[in-house]
Amino acid sequence: MEEIFSALARAMAFGTPILLAALGEVVVERAGVVNLGVEGMMAVGALAAFAAAQTSGNPFLGVVAGVLAGGIAASAHAFVSVNLRANQFVSGLALTMLGLGLSGLLGNKYVGAPLEHPLAETGFTWAAVVLSIVIWLVLYFTRTGLVVRSVGENPAAADALGLEVYLVRYGATIFGGMMAGLAGAFLSLAYRPSWSDGMTSGLGWIAVALTIFVAWESIRAVFGAFFFGLLYHLAFRLQGRLPSEMLLALPYLLVIVVLTLAALRRRQGNAPEGLGLPYERGTR
Amino acid sequence: MVRLEFDPNPPGNRVWLVMGLAVLAAIALSSLIFWSYGVPPVTAYLTLFKGTLANPAGIAESFRRAIPLLLIGAGLSLAFRSQFFNIGAEGQLLLGASAATGVALFIPLPAELKLVTMFLAGFLAGGAYALIAALLKSRLGVNEILSTLMLNYIAVYIVQFLVNGPWKGRSLMGFAYTEQFPAAATLPVIGGTLIHWPTLLLGVLLALFLQLILNRSTIGYELRVVGENLEAARYAGINIGRTVLMVAMLSGGLAGLAGVGEAAGIHKRLLDPAQISLGYGFTAIIVAWLARGNPALTIFTALLMGLIFAGGDVMKLNLQMPFRVVDVFSGLLLMFLIGSEPLARYRLKFGRRA
Repeated sequence: MEEIFSALARAMAFGTPILLAALGEVVVERAGVVNLGVEGMMAVGALAAFAAAQTSGNPFLGVVAGVLAGGIAASAHAFVSVNLRANQFVSGLALTMLGLGLSGLLGNKYVGAPLEHPLAETGFTWAAVVLSIVIWLVLYFTRTGLVVRSVGENPAAADALGLEVYLVRYGATIFGGMMAGLAGAFLSLAYRPSWSDGMTSGLGWIAVALTIFVAWESIRAVFGAFFFGLLYHLAFRLQGRLPSEMLLALPYLLVIVVLTLAALRRRQGNAPEGLGLPYERGTR
Repeated sequence: MVRLEFDPNPPGNRVWLVMGLAVLAAIALSSLIFWSYGVPPVTAYLTLFKGTLANPAGIAESFRRAIPLLLIGAGLSLAFRSQFFNIGAEGQLLLGASAATGVALFIPLPAELKLVTMFLAGFLAGGAYALIAALLKSRLGVNEILSTLMLNYIAVYIVQFLVNGPWKGRSLMGFAYTEQFPAAATLPVIGGTLIHWPTLLLGVLLALFLQLILNRSTIGYELRVVGENLEAARYAGINIGRTVLMVAMLSGGLAGLAGVGEAAGIHKRLLDPAQISLGYGFTAIIVAWLARGNPALTIFTALLMGLIFAGGDVMKLNLQMPFRVVDVFSGLLLMFLIGSEPLARYRLKFGRRA
């Protein structure tokens, strides 16, 4: 029994960064913007969090720095995809390259540095679960949520009603970046707690895939993320019995399986109508 | 009075001008990165210039790096023209290298057939790997960006499994790699450099050939229609699924060829994935984007990005900067390139509104 509980606890810790980042992406995509830069924003957030916590000695300052760094990184994507109306998919990809590169470059001097006061993993996990409920409530039961959803479904109609489409999309994108930054802070302040180049190891991409799989519903994301977490844990526990490379590749393979399943069930019909399309006033 | 006017079909020279400005902006912003790393930008640029353009060894290095970029970039420009966003070239390259290694080490063949078979196997392996994502896209509508990216990670573990497990060589020095290829399975290089010229020649020929296909054949026409207007393609009775599969096979196959070149020309064995490819698959996206989807132009843009790679090496050696500096520049460049693209669709108008 105790073993099951400890296994579940580990699964939740593994799943927390995926959940935090996916919650952000749910909001972003609900507003009609696709941001494939999650992996890069997570890396930037992880480095900023670690650097701030290490130099100030205060891990909470680290969390703030991580969240801010993620938000700033996301605003680059918002500018390019909302204002300049460029291809959102490629812009996100560029943001990932930039984020991974920048964090690897500037984080060079923090490799191997110890962190005196790491944070507890469970704090982040519970915060993520609470946030998923809050996001669900806001999306479906408040005016703000209605505004975000209508901007994502039909930006032209929302604009005609006098809603600030650009502003809402900006806000949502930056929120998504802050959540990715928080996920990064979890990795470098609680989960590891240390900094290394490439420590996000594809978690950001898994979060993007999860967003599609859970059909843009924040509460479902909780179960999805912890399911992935459980898999990571199993892979970890099975080491030695199977080739470790096979187990390490498993989560990535699972993402493909999950996306295929989502497509088979036509879940993508749930996608916001205006997803990934830049909005320009005067066009439909 | 100056104002902006929308121009949906910008003339070619304005597009190139805006792109040139985007490249300059990315270079200018990189100064900020060098500075934040504690390297004075002037020193950085001087070191870069001395180590690459002003140095024969640097130029040779740029050519060597340009070879995989050219092969992958030519294929990707075709893929992007048809709106198939193949981000998995990195994995397709690794599979190509693995297939070549399998042929080189384990299949007994007459010496003169060895290399040809390796290139064929690499093309098929890379193409088949891309085909997985293409099938999922055309049959079920699975986003190919995500699936090809995940296939990259899986390819890394496949190679790691091979070099640590069944294909592990005897000569170990703390690093895992396979046995060295027999002489008949290695590519000749230009004396004193690492330029494996047969692959370079193959890349140039293929880039020109793909351009010909794109501009002068029915397949190329169909591919462009699918990319520019899916609805029109459907009305015209173009087999969209087949087009996507073909583009995937070609772009994946070319990435596979790049992998064969790296394995047979540079390393002469299969080794850790991080050493086989330094992110060629991702940088090649920029190569294709800079060429605006024209395979023939990737001959030049691949050289340009090869120069950036060589520059990364110089920065690493002389200024002790991590090689990641290349990713930073690539990311900036791509961001500026796509951000500036819509800007080309506006023209400055002087004078009063008509």
